[in-house]
Amino acid sequence: MPDTEAGATHPDIGDIRIEDVVGIKEQTAFERVISSQAFWVTIALIGIVALMSYLQPDAFASQANAYNMTRNFAYIGIMAVGMVAVIITGGIDLSVGSIMGVTGVVCGILLQAQYGWYIAVVAGLATGVVTGLINGLLIAYAGLSPFVVTLGMMSFARSIAIVLSENKMIYDFGPDGAAFKIIGGGQMLGLSNIFWALIILAVLIGVILKFTTWGRHLYAIGGNEQAARLTGVPVNRVKTQAYILSALTASIAAILVVGWQGSAINALGTSYELRVIASTVIGGANLMGGEGGTYGAVVGAALLEVIRNSLLMQGIDSNWQGAFVGVFIVLAVLLEKIRGRRRA
Amino acid sequence: MPVLSLRKISKNFGAIKALTDVDLELEPGEVLGLMGDNGAGKSTLVKIIAGNFPPTSGELVLQDRPMHFHRPAEAREAGIEVVYQDLALCDNLSAAANIFLGREIARSIWPLKFLVSKDMTDKAGALFGELKSETRPHDLVRRMSGGQRQAVAISRTMLSEAKIVLMDEPTAAISVRQVAEVLDLIRRLKDRGIAIVLISHRMPDVFAVCDRVAVLRRGRKVAEKPIVQSSPEEVTGLITGAIQHA
Ligand SMILES: Nc1ncnc2c1ncn2[C@@H]1O[C@H](COP(=O)(O)OP(=O)(O)O)[C@@H](O)[C@H]1O
Ligand SMILES: [Mg+2]
Repeated sequence: MPDTEAGATHPDIGDIRIEDVVGIKEQTAFERVISSQAFWVTIALIGIVALMSYLQPDAFASQANAYNMTRNFAYIGIMAVGMVAVIITGGIDLSVGSIMGVTGVVCGILLQAQYGWYIAVVAGLATGVVTGLINGLLIAYAGLSPFVVTLGMMSFARSIAIVLSENKMIYDFGPDGAAFKIIGGGQMLGLSNIFWALIILAVLIGVILKFTTWGRHLYAIGGNEQAARLTGVPVNRVKTQAYILSALTASIAAILVVGWQGSAINALGTSYELRVIASTVIGGANLMGGEGGTYGAVVGAALLEVIRNSLLMQGIDSNWQGAFVGVFIVLAVLLEKIRGRRRA
Repeated sequence: MPVLSLRKISKNFGAIKALTDVDLELEPGEVLGLMGDNGAGKSTLVKIIAGNFPPTSGELVLQDRPMHFHRPAEAREAGIEVVYQDLALCDNLSAAANIFLGREIARSIWPLKFLVSKDMTDKAGALFGELKSETRPHDLVRRMSGGQRQAVAISRTMLSEAKIVLMDEPTAAISVRQVAEVLDLIRRLKDRGIAIVLISHRMPDVFAVCDRVAVLRRGRKVAEKPIVQSSPEEVTGLITGAIQHA
């Protein structure tokens, strides 16, 4: 705080600050928006879409491609809006890809065993709740590092998925297979159900983050966990619930993707955790905690998919994708750092 | 009748005797200066009163009722609020959000509790007004000066009907001008009849706002007297040990 120093040595200058001089009393809503990372990522997204629509009006700007792109980023986005709750607390969840795998296998096995589609859905969601609960209890109550616990769960859940599936693809879904496939494979108003599920979850979780005490407590924990504890925030419970939410969104994504693809494989979700984390970070979530939102997570996921799709359309070797994604992640964090310095 | 009486409070951390047989009384509306060198046991005493941990032995009596706090929340319910040395604020939240942290005004729509932001903002604004602080409810704590942060931390204690406010080094690490602001805040709390324990290293602050002063040296209380009957020189002597007792 350089102004406090100035106040002490030059009493006549005192605590005058830029805001006072230019007459800005409070940050307006407009200022808040344009100083947010999600805003600039949205601009980049619109820019790339506009450019590609100009370069490839038939291939890129087609109805079919719009359908594909929105579906392809939707399941990453669904996981990202859950992950963002964890990241806001200053944690991380590396296990979402594996939780997706084990959920898919659980659903597949139940359908194959002739159980109803709703049994498969409930069991899939329960798989998420249980794995998330285990993560949360070990992190919040046993005090273990989120990185280590979820790395362990990543390995554990993937192994369970392989064992349960006996390392085979499950595609013979029994009598309720058709109903189950409609959930994830269907469409409304020209867009995939998976995309609509993303929109609903992003709005719902977004509202919870910004307008409820639970959301407020997530941000408080990420800002200063010790302070949150001292003021009576139920830190352990809130953290546990954040990991449950993250795992639950991974299970929802799994149920939808298995329905869409019509089969369950134990490799489902492999390495998705990195894409999910990248989406949240590109969208403005801070891995140190205290910042982030579902809108950012969604546009972050969308940006990654649009880049992937654009490279493909431009005939660029698909092996370059990782490089582009990496550059965007680092750029996003760099942008955040520059803005942070200006703020301080 | 004192709001708070400590009787023969001792606290050991393993082999370390942080406090030994400390007696202390606090009257309503009184500011007690608690002084002592680093490691004298001041923070330990405050943490015992605030319920962070129990004393090894001794009794804590709040308005004739013996208390056994196990968690800070229990002490807060009994009317004891703390302004921590490091302020315990969340930098990423607004002033109003910090004041109401852990006791938000909310409307319950099961299973969620929706924040009633307007009520919290208004109440925070009223508290800042009462403290004559220029802090604005919507401002992020990250952008605040040390004095404004103090106003946030102190406003938090005014939310509940606190009887006792404990302040651990509130004037450490802020500028001269902001110290004056904080001393004003302390006087306003006092005017509301709240008893205050002020821990400070700064002799002028203690002599500016305190009614009485108590000195700890190596875990023992070596003096407790009205401020008008003491002097900075005497207190300095008591802190260092040049004067054994007063
Ligand atoms: N949690 C703790 N565990 C072990 N020793 C502690 C702990 N807290 C304080 N102490 C010790 O108790 C003594 C008094 O410390 P403290 O109350 O912090 O002093 P002050 O606030 O007056 O500087 C010191 O010797 C300190 O090292
Ligand atoms: Mg101390």
